[in-house]
Amino acid sequence: MTTTIADRRIEDAGLEAGIARLTPEKIQKTIQAVLAGEGGARLKTYVETCVRCGMCAQACHYYMSHKDPSYAPVAKVRQTMWEILKHKGLVSPEFIHQCAQIAYTECNLCRRCMHYCPLGIDTAYIMSFVRRICHKLGVTPQYIQDTAHSHSATMNQMWVKDDEWIDTLKWQEDEARDEMPSLRIPLEVEGADFMYSVIAPEPKFRTQLIYQAAFIFNQAGVNWTMPATPGWDNSNMAMFTGDMEIMGRIEMAHFATAQRLRVKRIVMGECGHAFRAIYDVANRWLGWGMHPVPVVHSIEFFWELLNSGKIQMAKKYPGPVTIHDPCNVIRGRGLMDKLREVVHAICDGVVEMTPNREHNYCCCAGGGVINCGPPFKNVRIVGNSIKAEQLKATGVKTCIAPCHNCHGGLDDIIHKYGLGMELKFLGDIIYECMEKKGAS
Amino acid sequence: MLELYALAVGPLAWLAFGVFVIGSLARLFSMYSLAKKKDAAFLSYMTWRYSLRSIFHWLIPFGSLGWRENPALTVVTYVFHICLFLVPIFLMSHIVMWDTSFGFTYAALPDGLADGLTVAVMVACLFFAWRRLSLPEVRFVTSTHDWLVLVLVFSTFSTGFLAYHQIGDSLTLTTLHILCGEAMLIAIPFTRLSHMLFGFFSRGYIGSEFGGVRRAKDW
Ligand code: HEM
Ligand code: HEM
Ligand code: SF4
Ligand code: SF4
Repeated sequence: MTTTIADRRIEDAGLEAGIARLTPEKIQKTIQAVLAGEGGARLKTYVETCVRCGMCAQACHYYMSHKDPSYAPVAKVRQTMWEILKHKGLVSPEFIHQCAQIAYTECNLCRRCMHYCPLGIDTAYIMSFVRRICHKLGVTPQYIQDTAHSHSATMNQMWVKDDEWIDTLKWQEDEARDEMPSLRIPLEVEGADFMYSVIAPEPKFRTQLIYQAAFIFNQAGVNWTMPATPGWDNSNMAMFTGDMEIMGRIEMAHFATAQRLRVKRIVMGECGHAFRAIYDVANRWLGWGMHPVPVVHSIEFFWELLNSGKIQMAKKYPGPVTIHDPCNVIRGRGLMDKLREVVHAICDGVVEMTPNREHNYCCCAGGGVINCGPPFKNVRIVGNSIKAEQLKATGVKTCIAPCHNCHGGLDDIIHKYGLGMELKFLGDIIYECMEKKGAS
Repeated sequence: MLELYALAVGPLAWLAFGVFVIGSLARLFSMYSLAKKKDAAFLSYMTWRYSLRSIFHWLIPFGSLGWRENPALTVVTYVFHICLFLVPIFLMSHIVMWDTSFGFTYAALPDGLADGLTVAVMVACLFFAWRRLSLPEVRFVTSTHDWLVLVLVFSTFSTGFLAYHQIGDSLTLTTLHILCGEAMLIAIPFTRLSHMLFGFFSRGYIGSEFGGVRRAKDW
């Protein structure tokens, strides 16, 4: 069935309050300023070069699940950017609501469509541009805006207070010392080989992940540290709201912390969007060609630990398992081979999904979509029945997904479609099945 | 009609080729300047190696996921685009005109083959039109502009075909054909047909990002 964004308007406190403050004239003024300041040859080429062939439709899990052409990548651009440009920015507040709903909640910026468009049109970039405009207009979904506020006030995503952070690490260290008496979570060690950084949900409600990582690093005998100051959170929701200024501040704090500690590298937990922020987006926005401190995702780090023999598996995790390739570290960093090598080293029996690797379907949580909260949850879950089918077709009961966002998104569809699958991080399995020589 | 024909093969032909060549160069140059001015930070990631790697994979039929998932369109668009260049460049009647104007010739396609390829282009245009009308995802994004460029291509080939087969008044049709062809050439730099100019750069840029930064393939 063909609908348009107007047929599926969703009420959201942030969006409603935002558009209530706007008039077409105000909108035009802001849009023209954004276009003049930030719109360049990329935007122009993409909009002009697109031959409207519709080949990209099948790339998008929203389209494949809803089977509604208004969810195709090019259709999202048609309902937002083309209209904005056609009217030179003179559009109604209600239209801006539609733009925000599409750009924030119906596109995960997963970049799968670039594998379908012969002209290489970056729909994710265009959607980010629309988000930038919406941010400048103050029209952002309430839930994700709250996380951006938190970043702005605390430099982390979840309003974790400075002392809570340290307390949490100490608490996890204490807990883990029951299992491995010599275990330390080294804070503020200057000159360590690497700084380990995590996303704020870990200290907030997934402390087990910090415990596991500490256990693995201690067992491996590596020289590591965590910061005791703000700058420890590697997540970056401002990148997704279109707030580049705060995005830059967060990343500046993160890199500055690593440089203050004079570490050789930053190793990041199993998160995709955080990796995108640090590896691909915010570093460049700050003017670095690549990174002032090398950035390594857990997949790669675990691969190193296993290959160098620093950790050994006491047993293999009983499979069969399947592998979900998170967009931001696969299409975003090409870690698909290392991910497979790690999984094969720690699990028995791997059943691949189809399509997989760079062609994998998105979890439909990323790009800030899950962070837009309950109002948009249903579209996101119904919008990913294709992923549910893909999971189901593997016939296995365990899915490894080395990304926080993917866990959120996949968890939702596993419940909705009754798949009865269990989700695992690499760290979960390594911790469970590794040789624990240091343990008491 | 004879005056119009003379106008079409003379001054208008110069005009059309002039606008096509100079217009294309001007558009490429101005886009490059804009990129240097506004997107310099991203332009700097473009590399020959990864641009060409991506373009290469996308030039192979079924060489990318997008082509494989759209098999009918893939076959049609390859035939369409190849003939689009092959027929006009190697058509005997066209070479004859180069010969009379500038005194040079080169190998031509056999007339029968050229005729067949012309039909292929027209059928491809009908296929594109059918997609635009009946596939919901294409229809949703189709505007007058898309029809205009499709009609331009179709009219040029169909009038050429009619003129060659001497169906209808030969002079009128030949004149009409030439005018359509000229309109199409002029349209290339200034309409969606500019994908011929910019498509390599948009693909190359994404190829560079995927190859150089993200270390993943983009096909
Ligand atoms: C300045 C521009 C052009 C001139 C002067 C010109 C001239 C001609 C002439 C004299 C014929 C032969 C008609 C006959 O046999 O009576 C012809 C045929 C044809 N031309 Fe052009 N043409 C031009 C541009 C183009 C362009 C741009 C295209 C396509 C891209 C094109 C495609 C064809 C085709 C397909 C035929 C018919 C071939 C066949 O069915 O065998 N022409 N043209
Ligand atoms: C080297 C140059 C060119 C390349 C690489 C190229 C590539 C493409 C690609 C990838 C598509 C999308 C697939 C499709 O819808 O068929 C396309 C569509 C199209 N191209 Fe080209 N093209 C080139 C030159 C031209 C020229 C010179 C013309 C006409 C004068 C042209 C006319 C069209 C048309 C009309 C479509 C859209 C078909 C539709 O309505 O869906 N192309 N081109
Ligand atoms: S980036 Fe992903 S979610 Fe967004 S339009 Fe493309 S395929 Fe769909
Ligand atoms: S595949 Fe590319 S050119 Fe075709 S409609 Fe989608 S974005 Fe436009």
